[in-house]
Amino acid sequence: MSDHAAHAAAAHPDTATGIDSRKLAIWTFIGSECLFFATLISNYLVHKETWLTGPGPFPHEAWTSPAGKVFEPIIEIPLVTLGTALLLFSSLFVVLALANAQRGNRRGLLLWLGCTLLCGLFFVGMQVYEFTHFVHKGLTLKTNLFGGSFFVLTGFHGTHVSIGVLWLFTLWILAWRGKLTADKSLNLEIAALYWHFVDVVWVVIFPVVYLIK
Amino acid sequence: MATTALGHRAHAAAGHAEPTGIWSWITTVDHKRIGILYGTTAFMFFLMGGIEALLLRIQLGSPDNTFLSPTTYNELFTMHGTTMIFLAIMPISAAFFNFIIPLQIGARDVAFPRLNAFSYWVFLMGGLFLNVSWLFGAAPDTGWFGYANLTSRQYSPGINVDFWLFGLQILGVASLAAAVNFFTTVLNLRAPGMRLMRMPIFTWMSFITQVLLLLAFPVITVALILLMFDRFFGTNFYVPSGGGDPLLWQHLFWIFGHPEVYILILPAFGIISEILPVFSRKPLFGYAAMVFSGIFIAFLGFGVWSHHMFATGMGPIADTYFSLVTMLIAIPTGVKIFNWLGTAWGGSIQYKTPMYFALGFIAMFIIGGLSGVMHASPPADLQQTDTYFVVAHFHYVMFGGSIFGLVAGAYYWWPKMFGRVLNERLGKWHFWLMLIGFNVTFFPMHILGLNGMPRRVYTYPAGLGFETLNLLETIGAFILASSFAVFLYNIYRTWRGPRNAPADPWNGATLEWSIPSPPQEWNFAEVPVVHGRDPLWEAKRERSGPLPEPARVSGEGIHLPNPSYWPLVTALGLTAMMAGVMLIHHLGPWGILAGGAIMLFGIFNWVFEPAG
Amino acid sequence: MDAHASPASEHSHPSVGVYIRIGLVLFVLTALEVGLYEFTYGHHAGPAGHAIEPFFVPLLLLLSAAKFALVAMFYMHLKQDERVLSGVFIFPLIIATVLIFGLIALEAYHFAFARSG
Repeated sequence: MSDHAAHAAAAHPDTATGIDSRKLAIWTFIGSECLFFATLISNYLVHKETWLTGPGPFPHEAWTSPAGKVFEPIIEIPLVTLGTALLLFSSLFVVLALANAQRGNRRGLLLWLGCTLLCGLFFVGMQVYEFTHFVHKGLTLKTNLFGGSFFVLTGFHGTHVSIGVLWLFTLWILAWRGKLTADKSLNLEIAALYWHFVDVVWVVIFPVVYLIK
Repeated sequence: MATTALGHRAHAAAGHAEPTGIWSWITTVDHKRIGILYGTTAFMFFLMGGIEALLLRIQLGSPDNTFLSPTTYNELFTMHGTTMIFLAIMPISAAFFNFIIPLQIGARDVAFPRLNAFSYWVFLMGGLFLNVSWLFGAAPDTGWFGYANLTSRQYSPGINVDFWLFGLQILGVASLAAAVNFFTTVLNLRAPGMRLMRMPIFTWMSFITQVLLLLAFPVITVALILLMFDRFFGTNFYVPSGGGDPLLWQHLFWIFGHPEVYILILPAFGIISEILPVFSRKPLFGYAAMVFSGIFIAFLGFGVWSHHMFATGMGPIADTYFSLVTMLIAIPTGVKIFNWLGTAWGGSIQYKTPMYFALGFIAMFIIGGLSGVMHASPPADLQQTDTYFVVAHFHYVMFGGSIFGLVAGAYYWWPKMFGRVLNERLGKWHFWLMLIGFNVTFFPMHILGLNGMPRRVYTYPAGLGFETLNLLETIGAFILASSFAVFLYNIYRTWRGPRNAPADPWNGATLEWSIPSPPQEWNFAEVPVVHGRDPLWEAKRERSGPLPEPARVSGEGIHLPNPSYWPLVTALGLTAMMAGVMLIHHLGPWGILAGGAIMLFGIFNWVFEPAG
Repeated sequence: MDAHASPASEHSHPSVGVYIRIGLVLFVLTALEVGLYEFTYGHHAGPAGHAIEPFFVPLLLLLSAAKFALVAMFYMHLKQDERVLSGVFIFPLIIATVLIFGLIALEAYHFAFARSG
């Protein structure tokens, strides 16, 4: 912490593009992740017509069990809408945290970063609840291709959210100890970029999985 | 977060003595040492893949041969393909990215030195992971392409496919980490004045390769994840009886697989585009056309994947589209070939070994390219699919192209890497044996394929007219192998000789030749300023003569990154975690949790240690 | 920090007010998405919902794209930051979109004709 000049130099790099290498790297990684989620979403969509049995996200005439039972649609839109809204708000909170970090306002930083973390935790909790609920209703990975592609897609998204929560929590601890000073706000900016990306992936997943029939 | 330094330790200010000993290699973050590690490891795997090929050729040398069992044959051709692609050509290219790119752009290291070390260690673990399967007698046996549903639990109940699945997953992490690193390095660490359109062409082609890696590898990652779920957790993504579709695997695999072939060839394009001008004493003909044709090839590479799948019956519209776009690729490739010829045309050609291999590359790659255009036509492709004609085609582009290019690069940059020039006479023996051996091995495959000899089959009956050419191919394979024996002997002899290579043995045009051979740890004592595309030639022209030999300096006051073993710990954790998934039905979640804990421990220590 | 601020890293990121307004717009767009669903398929769906059913998917994708763009431009600062970063994001997005639609088309053909015979 003694060498502020060195850190200031690191925060305002003398690179060929004028962009800090870490910021360019996280964007590069995000670009690559676009293809990761695009492939998972494709996998969900190409199997949309091939769910041999229920339960599914919406009613379907083919989805009757051998005993003639019609499967009820399984998705609970209100709960997921709440999770979606909170994830969107967490994006707002993390930019507010960043704005405070850049101004060196430790209290504001701790507050907004804390709110971000709570939203992220709620989202993960919502997903755990949803997954458990689906399993109770008889939908597992093995049940049908909706189960498989749904759990894999949303599960990998949830894993990304969890990693983001761990990352932001680490930064929150640093901020709490007074180590996330204004000249090191780039550390938060990079984590925030990752967080926003995970958020926009959900912006795509939400209508594709939960709303489109 | 990779280089976040939360503390700061003053580096020993006095002149740096080059550290030695095995610990210095384990903890190294120097891009040159990592490049040498990549090259050495990959060359070992290359020799293994070569031995696998020789065994295959012995088996096919005579009809109804029982030298190999069908099972072993399947394992050998699968591991030969997987090894050569993921453990030989890609990492040998990575060796050149590591060693050469920072030198060509006038940088002291890559953007993230520890991430670079991490990439190497993960690559090593992935390679070992794949090859450990031999010790369990369970080497992957479903082809490097691993078509579903042969890879399902039902048809491949053993752990063979699991080694392949998780081995590739580990290697993918190495490739992605390296790609992020080099993408950032090329954009951000260029010396003052080195605008994008002044970058050496090898750096350009490598840069494009990183883009391909970044966009293609996530797709195979997901395809492998889906396979993992099918095999371990009972999903049915590729299982028709569960509503799934084996064809989806083929689509995802080739969406990755076609960019992958450009990942394999573009670095070689770059290497020979460096060699041809230097040994023709002329600037590269059509620099801008070379750059843009490279970009165009890479871009089109994402839109042609289904030309590997004409035989699956995709319908007339898809067939027409993929056929046309595939044929379009011939245009930028042709632009490149004519520009290479234009570079050599009228030059005062120096017949040195790197130039031999570069010219050999052009000739062999043209043959491979022409048979490629033949496959682009669906009716012709239907005849050629699954025959030796295809085997001939991709060996002409992968061996005649990539390997010729990489060997050319090895001879060209050897003096810079090791301070010793490889022997010219042995180098030419290497070239001629390789050229003759290669053509004797692979050219007859065109004829055998058109005569209907199927590939991936462990033997063939006598009396079909396949005997003579197959025997000839086997002889050719041993000539080819002997060329690499000459190469090894050349390396050994050179190693024993004095370390006396000058900084600029070939009258080079690019920045790497302006510094001592081998370079000192910090590469450039003073960061160079660039005014054009061939900075060294311009400097020589200004002086009207050769530049003075650069002095080795003490490096006082030059700041170097600290060595670190956390990248290795993190790589070990990652590998343990993957092994944990593979053994989940035996260990429960504990293997994954243990590996994950080691990985997290590594990451946190890495992030919070002083980067230097 | 401010004394050292270089044009490269500062680029005058938007003010807190802008952030909050964007947040409200995002909230409204999400409400519109769910509302559109309720109107078309939900318990309150009437004949008017039936009428807009053909436009449901395009409308929903449009709303989703608008949210995506707002977050990327303002929260991720692509609007103010170096254009190179936008390129690093948008190029993969284009490839990703083409990939999704290409795969859907190829597999739809496959399921409709090849598999059902």
